[in-house]
Amino acid sequence: MEIAGYPLRRLRAQIVEGIDPTLFTLALVLSLLGLAVLYSASYENATRVANQTANLAAALLAMWAVAKVPPQTLARLAVPAYAAGVVLLLAVAGFGEVVNGARRWLHLGFMRFQPSEILKIAMPMMLAWYFHRREDAIRLRDFALAGLLLAVPVALIARQPDLGTALLVAAAGFYVIFFAGIGWKVLAGLGVLVLASLPPLWGLLHDYQRRRILTLLDPSQDPLGAGYHTIQSTIAVGSGGLAGKGWLNGSQTHLEFIPERHTDFIFAVFSEEFGLLGNLGLLALYALLIARGLTIAAGAATLFGRLLAGAITLIFFTYALVNMGMVAGVLPVVGVPLPFISYGGTALLTLYVGIGMLMSIHRHRRLIQT
Amino acid sequence: MRFAELRNTARELQDFQLRLGVAGLAVLIAFALLLARFVWLQVLQHDAYSAMAEENRIAVVPLPPSRGLILDRNGEVLARNYLAYTLEIFPAQVRNLEATISQLAAYVDIQPRDRARFRKLLQETKNAESLPIRTRLTDEEVARIAANRWRFTGADIRARLFRQYPHGDLASHVVGYIGRITTADVERLEEMEVAANYRGTDYIGKAGVEASYQQELHGVTGFERLEIDAAGRGVRSLSRTPAQTGNNVALTLDIRLQEVAERAFGERRGALVAIEPATGGVLAFVSRPGYDPNLFVDGIDPQSWDELMNSPDRPLNNRALAGLYPPGSTFKPFMALAALELGKRTPASVIQDPGYFIFGDRRFRDSKPGGHGTVDLYKSIVVSSDVYYYMLANDMGIEAIAGFMGRFGFGARTGIDLDGEVTGVLPSPEWKHARFSQPEQQKWYPGETISIGIGQGYNSYTPLQLAQALATLANNGAMYRPRLVSHIDNPRTGERQYVEPQLVRQVGLRPEHVAFVKRAMAGVTTEGTGRWAFAGAQYTSGGKTGTAQVIGMKQGEKYEEEKVAERLRDHSLYIAFAPLESPRIALAVLVENGGFGARAAAPIARTVLDYFLLGKLPAAPRRPAPEPEAESDAQSD
Repeated sequence: MEIAGYPLRRLRAQIVEGIDPTLFTLALVLSLLGLAVLYSASYENATRVANQTANLAAALLAMWAVAKVPPQTLARLAVPAYAAGVVLLLAVAGFGEVVNGARRWLHLGFMRFQPSEILKIAMPMMLAWYFHRREDAIRLRDFALAGLLLAVPVALIARQPDLGTALLVAAAGFYVIFFAGIGWKVLAGLGVLVLASLPPLWGLLHDYQRRRILTLLDPSQDPLGAGYHTIQSTIAVGSGGLAGKGWLNGSQTHLEFIPERHTDFIFAVFSEEFGLLGNLGLLALYALLIARGLTIAAGAATLFGRLLAGAITLIFFTYALVNMGMVAGVLPVVGVPLPFISYGGTALLTLYVGIGMLMSIHRHRRLIQT
Repeated sequence: MRFAELRNTARELQDFQLRLGVAGLAVLIAFALLLARFVWLQVLQHDAYSAMAEENRIAVVPLPPSRGLILDRNGEVLARNYLAYTLEIFPAQVRNLEATISQLAAYVDIQPRDRARFRKLLQETKNAESLPIRTRLTDEEVARIAANRWRFTGADIRARLFRQYPHGDLASHVVGYIGRITTADVERLEEMEVAANYRGTDYIGKAGVEASYQQELHGVTGFERLEIDAAGRGVRSLSRTPAQTGNNVALTLDIRLQEVAERAFGERRGALVAIEPATGGVLAFVSRPGYDPNLFVDGIDPQSWDELMNSPDRPLNNRALAGLYPPGSTFKPFMALAALELGKRTPASVIQDPGYFIFGDRRFRDSKPGGHGTVDLYKSIVVSSDVYYYMLANDMGIEAIAGFMGRFGFGARTGIDLDGEVTGVLPSPEWKHARFSQPEQQKWYPGETISIGIGQGYNSYTPLQLAQALATLANNGAMYRPRLVSHIDNPRTGERQYVEPQLVRQVGLRPEHVAFVKRAMAGVTTEGTGRWAFAGAQYTSGGKTGTAQVIGMKQGEKYEEEKVAERLRDHSLYIAFAPLESPRIALAVLVENGGFGARAAAPIARTVLDYFLLGKLPAAPRRPAPEPEAESDAQSD
C-alpha cells in the first residue's frame, strides 16, 4: 500500500523508529488504567475522561517528538531550559500570583502555570550536562558546584512556599549527583548533616506545612480539616481488602468521601476498587517501568545519557512512592500526582517528555558492551 | 595517558552500574515496605476499615446559618434577608451549558445580562456545586419550571435567603455589600482556618461593615447527619445540629442623620464624617456618590460593573476612608493650638498682614489681596489669614509641626472598623526622605514648610482623619478610635455585647489653650468666614472653613473660578463641632471641586447640625452664600 506514492511500510517504520516498545507499552497500560480509574472517580461522567484522553494524546505526541531528538541536542537544551526555569521562578517571586498563601503561579494572560514544573525535568538535564562537560576530571568541587546549581531553584521553590515540589526537584538533582559518583563517605556526611539540620528547619516551616506533618502523626487531631484526607483515603485503601470492591463500586469514592479523588488521591479510588491484588499489579507495573529505565541508563552511550536516564527513572519512582505513601497514610500530604494515573495535563506531559528522553537515550545507546 | 583514561572510564562505568544496582535495591525495598503497609491495611486491618467505610454511609450535610442583620443606632434595618426562589445550574452535571441555558430560557425569562453574570460567576467560583442563572423567580416561573423539570438535567429550583439593602445607596460605603464566595475568598478562609464553618455558605461580605464584621454576621454552620443509600441519596436524618444565626450588628450611625447629610450633598461629590467626640462613635459617614449594594448580591452583571468602574465620579471609592485631600485652612486651628502649646505665639502677639509673605525670592500670597492688616491669633482663625500661618510655620519649623500634628492622628490610620483605610501624608523631612529616591528630591527645603502652615503643600489626609482630629480637639485632647459599631446582639440568647469606646491617647493640652482655639472657632461662625452659613443658628458651634487647591498656581496668577474646568476647581471644606460648651458632634465636610469652603461645605455642616441638635429637617433649598465678591473677607478661608 502506498500513500501519495510513499510506501506505507516505510512511513510506519519512520513513525515507530526510536519508540521503545517496552517503555511505550508500560506507560500506555498505566495511562489506560488511569483513564478507567478516572471514569470511576468521575462517577461515570465521560467529560473528564475525554479531557484526560486529549491530554494523553498531546503527551504521547510530545513523547514521540522528544524520542526523535538525539541526546546531544537534549544536552544543548539543558542550560537554556534551566536558565529559563530559574528566571521564571525569580519572576514568580517578584510578581507571581498568590494562591492559597503561596506564590507559585505566573500569569501569562491566557493561562497561568507553575514554573517549578519546568525544573522537574530541567534540573536533572542541567546537572547531567554539567557533569558530562567535566567528565574527564570530576572532583569534589564539581559536586559542590552542582549542589549550588541545585540549591538555588530549590530554595526559590521552597520559599514560594511549595515544599513538596522543592523536595521533588531536590531529589531529581540529588539522583544525578549520586549517579555521577559522589563519594560514599561524602554522601554519609551529607546524610548526617541533613539529619542535624532538621530541628532548625522545623522552625522555618510555614504553619500549614507543620500542620501537615503533625496531622500525619495523628490524623484524628483534625478530622474535619487537614486530617480528613488521610483518614478517608486510609479507610478507602483498607476497606478495599484483598480483591477490592470492584470497578465503579467503591463506596468511599462514590459517596464523595475521597477528596481530590481525580488528582492526588486517585490511588485511594484505585486501591478501594481493586484491592491488594490491584496494588500489587500497579507496583509491578511501576517496578517494570523503573527496571526498564535503569537498564536504559546502564546502556547509555554518554555520561549525560546515563545520568539523565538514571535520574528520570528515579523521579518516576519517587512520584509513585510519595503519592502511594501519602494515600496509605505513611507520608505527609504533599501535592504529588500518581504518575500516569492522576488527572492533569501538565503532570502527564512532564512524565511523557521524560519517557521520550529515555527512548532517545536508548536509541543512541552503546552498541558494544564493555 | 590515553590508556589510563580508558581504564578510568571503565572503572567509572562499573561504579555507575554499582550505583544503579543500589538504586534498584532501594526501589525494591521501598516498594516492599509499601506493600507491607497495603497488607496491613487491606488484609490485617481490613475488617476494621470495612466497618469504618460502612459507617461512612452517614453523610454530614452542612446547614448554612442565616446572616445577621445590620441596624442603625435606632434599630432601623440597613441589611436584611428574604427568601426567594432561584433557578440553579449544576455545572458538573451539564455537558453543554449554553444549550441548557437556551433550553431553560423557553420557560423563564433569561436576559443576556443574566447569561453574562452566570459566565462571570462560573469563572470566579471554581468547583461550586451549583450557580444561579436566574434569581427571584416569580411564582409563575417556579410553577412552569417545576412542571417541566423532567426535561432538563443539571438544573433545579432552590429556595435561598437573599440579602437586601432596603435603603439602597444610602450609607452604601458604610454598610457595604456581600457577594458570592470566590476562589480567592476560599483560600483566605482556609488560611484563617475557618473554612469548615463556611461549608454550605455561598456569600461573604465584600465591603463595608458586611466585610469587616463578616465573622460576627456569618453565624455558625449547623450539620445534619443523614443516612445515605449506596447511591448517595439521603434516607433518613439521624441527628441535627441546627445552624446558629449570625449576630446582629448595630451601628452608632443614625440613618436619618445620614440621609439628611447625603441629601445635602445633592449631586455633588464629596465626603462627610461626623463623630461623637466623647466615644468615637461615628454618627454619619458619607461618601458621595454611593452605589446600590443590591446590585452585588446575586453577583453583579458585567454591564453594571463596568458602569460603576468606569464612571468618572468613581462611586466605588470610599472618599471618607481612602480619599486623600489637603485640609486647606481647616488646618489652621490645629496650627494655632500648636503655636500656643509650643510657646511660639501668645493670644496677644500681633503681626502685619500685607497680603503676602516673602521667603527668599518667593512670594506667598494671601487669599485676600491687600491682606488683613493687623492680625492677632484670634483674628487669624476668624478671618483665616494666610500670612499669619506662613510666618508661624516658618517660625515653628517642619519638625515641630509634624510632631504636634502626628499626636492628633494626622497621617496615620485611625483604626476605624472598616477595611481599606489609607494613611495619608503628614509631611516631614523623614517622610520626604523615604518617599523620594533622588537625593535632591529627598532634601526638605525650608520654603516647603511655609505652605504646610495653611494646610497645603504635601499635606494630605482623609476626611476621617480630619474629623477625628477635630473630635479630639473638641474633647479637650482625649482621642477615641472612631468606630461604626455600637453593639453586637446575639439573636438567640438576647445577649448584647457593647463595643467599648477605646481611648487612643490623651493629647496633653493646656485647658486655656484649647478654650482659646474653640472660642476663635466659635468666632468663625458668628463674625468670620462661616457667619453666612450659620446665621440664625439656635445653638453655639465652632467651625473653620477651608479651601484645598487641586492645581498648583504660578506666582502672581489669580485663581478665577469661572475659568477653571469643574474637575480642577478647589475642594471646599468645613469642620464643625457643637454645642460649643460640651460638644456632642464633631464633623468634617468635603465637597470635591466645590470652590470656597464657606459656600459649598459650610451649608452642608449647618444642615447636619440643625438636624442633629434640633431635629430640624432642611426645608426649602437654603439661601446660597453670597458670591466671594460680595464681601472681601468671604473669600479668605
